[in-house]
Amino acid sequence: MSHIQVVEGSEAVALAVKACRPQVISAYPISPQTHIVEWIAKMIADGELDTEYVRVESEFSAASVISGASATASRSYTASSSQGLLLMTEVLYASAGLRLPFVITGVNRAISAPISIQVDHQDTISLRDSGVIQFYVESSQEVYDTHIAAFKVAEDPKILLPVMVCMDGWILTHSYERVSFMEQEEVGSFLPPFQPVNFLDVNDPKTWGSYAEDDVLMEFKYAIHEAMQYAKGRIKEIFSELAMITGRDHGGLIEAYRTEGAEVILMAMGSMAGTVKEAVDELRSQGKKVGLVKIRCYRPFPFEDIWDVIKDTKIVGVMDANFSMGSEGAVATDLKAKLCGRPDAPLVLDFITGLGGREVNKGTIREIVQKAEEVLNSGLPLHEPHWVDLNPAILP
Amino acid sequence: MSLQQIARKEALFFSGHRACHGCGMALAVRHILKATGKNVIVVTPTGCLETFASPYGYSPWQVPWIHHLFENAPSIASGVAAALKAQGRDSVRVLVIAGDGSTFDIGFGALSGMLERGDDVLYICTDNGAYMNTGGQRSGASPTYSSTTTDPAGKESLGKTQMMKDLPAIVAAHSAPYVATASVAFLKDLQKKVKKAMLYHGPRYIQIDTPCPSGWGFPPERTLEIGRTGIDCGLVPIFEMENGKITSTHKIKKKIPVTDYLKAQTRFGHLFSDNRGQAELDEIQAMADRNIERYALLRESGNK
Ligand SMILES: Cc1ncc(C[n+]2csc(CCOP(=O)(O)OP(=O)(O)O)c2C)c(N)n1
Ligand code: SF4
Ligand SMILES: [Mg+2]
Repeated sequence: MSHIQVVEGSEAVALAVKACRPQVISAYPISPQTHIVEWIAKMIADGELDTEYVRVESEFSAASVISGASATASRSYTASSSQGLLLMTEVLYASAGLRLPFVITGVNRAISAPISIQVDHQDTISLRDSGVIQFYVESSQEVYDTHIAAFKVAEDPKILLPVMVCMDGWILTHSYERVSFMEQEEVGSFLPPFQPVNFLDVNDPKTWGSYAEDDVLMEFKYAIHEAMQYAKGRIKEIFSELAMITGRDHGGLIEAYRTEGAEVILMAMGSMAGTVKEAVDELRSQGKKVGLVKIRCYRPFPFEDIWDVIKDTKIVGVMDANFSMGSEGAVATDLKAKLCGRPDAPLVLDFITGLGGREVNKGTIREIVQKAEEVLNSGLPLHEPHWVDLNPAILP
Repeated sequence: MSLQQIARKEALFFSGHRACHGCGMALAVRHILKATGKNVIVVTPTGCLETFASPYGYSPWQVPWIHHLFENAPSIASGVAAALKAQGRDSVRVLVIAGDGSTFDIGFGALSGMLERGDDVLYICTDNGAYMNTGGQRSGASPTYSSTTTDPAGKESLGKTQMMKDLPAIVAAHSAPYVATASVAFLKDLQKKVKKAMLYHGPRYIQIDTPCPSGWGFPPERTLEIGRTGIDCGLVPIFEMENGKITSTHKIKKKIPVTDYLKAQTRFGHLFSDNRGQAELDEIQAMADRNIERYALLRESGNK
């Protein structure tokens, strides 16, 4: 049994975290994440949640506190955004290396300079190589469900990695939506207490974080990669187990939306996917063969699942809300790298969209599809990334 | 069982590490753990101790130990303490053993946060006056006019011109209930202070002078003697502060000039190589005298 309520996206996160009963939470403010830790603080102040809430002096310490807590066998959680996530970067690499499971909400926001508090994916994308598992979500309901699954993924004995649930700032954190909540017993039986085999234990002292040389370091790194590979299957199992309880199926590593017989498939992550779905519906009703692949799990990169969906399409338009300076969008690079060497691979176009909160509406998506069709019809490939809605009038 | 075997059996930190000969830090750690006993979780940031005491596959640690990064030992420790509290594992205590670079410089913000929050952590800084793990660069704890690789003495320089950060006072200003300095030259006193610190709850700080033969430039068999001369000249004051008040000082038996201490170390060699170091030596002597005054370090100066 569940109950439905209209809540702010940030409160949906806080309620999911509360249901997972973490023992240690660290908190540091940054827009647009702040509401999450404020909702949690209020729950604690009202006696609704019993946890050690550590009000740290920086995001560097926010990530460090939950790393120490995780090594001491406590389920732990924090949230951050943008500059805060970058400040955590070094900690996240080390915690993935030490195989410390915890959950972080990564509220997406642009990176300085210029400073902006508006949404894009540059912050979390910049953590893609760290060994942190990353989910991207589209709605408050998906936010809620994914956080509950995230702890189970992180704490899986064969995974043991930090998990980041990435949600678009403002669009998801500050809007009110209907969310269906699980009962506490349902969450409890889905997510048993965190009981790691290895932890900082005075009765069985172990040495953590040793100095490694060239004879072992590669194996440590490979082990993380293996855990990521294993996680692909396990994540799908965990999400279907959750779907059995909730009756809501958001998909596994990806969600394919109206991709049957599509000639053009767009690829997007986060709340943008919702807009793309609406545009796809309209374009389909006009007879255009367009579909969407929403990447739900970006690391590990779910190429096999993507391939199954795109292999018969002609062109894939990746909507990258990030940019690797001097190269192209990160998702396009990932996809192209995996497609390379497959003679039957569709063409990949990279569309840089929505940086710093620039609006992506149905018109934007129609424009992208049109561009894709032009390339398709002309047969002239577009190798360079296409910056959507760039205003040449204000360029230097 | 031989005496050596007994010592081994009881030590919580023993062979398996790769410290230099005569390393004051390795000695300090062994005695710190003797004082804490085995119910501690130890956090150590990157630095000499982490490097010499955790070559993968070997470990001298007989207590649970974690190294995470260079600048976050205080917050890792806060997380460990929070977890223990959440689990009701009250009998287990949290200990940081960190270098001066980590403590005074790069981890200073995190340390301040840990202190301000009042987290139940005993933070011990093993001070060797430089970033030794990376080859002896200047830190906020490097003594005035010491030569370090990033602030070396040369034709136009006599080394570090700034004062050492007064970290015990800064920690005390955070309302930490127990702050002390100690030295490997007085191991009983060191152990006593660690034991006393363990009786307190909340954030506690002990700064241990750990002479480093490789960095300071003295023969490895002289570690304890160098430590002692530093104390006897007044440059290394040994004291305890409880709830903000100085409650004990180690009295100097016979005051010696700072030059006795400085001359024995190559990091101060440039002050003696020609006559140009005289003003600086006078300055260092004045610093020692100020310490003697401030902490009432001489026997005749009243409080015992
Ligand atoms: C963020 C970061 N910056 C720099 C380093 C390089 N580094 C490792 S240990 C160290 C010096 C440690 O000095 P200290 O804390 O005094 O410890 P010691 O080695 O002297 O015992 C430095 C600079 C690092 N590991 N991480
Ligand atoms: S450099 Fe100094 S502190 Fe480091 S191991 Fe050698 S003697 Fe010890
Ligand atoms: Mg040092």
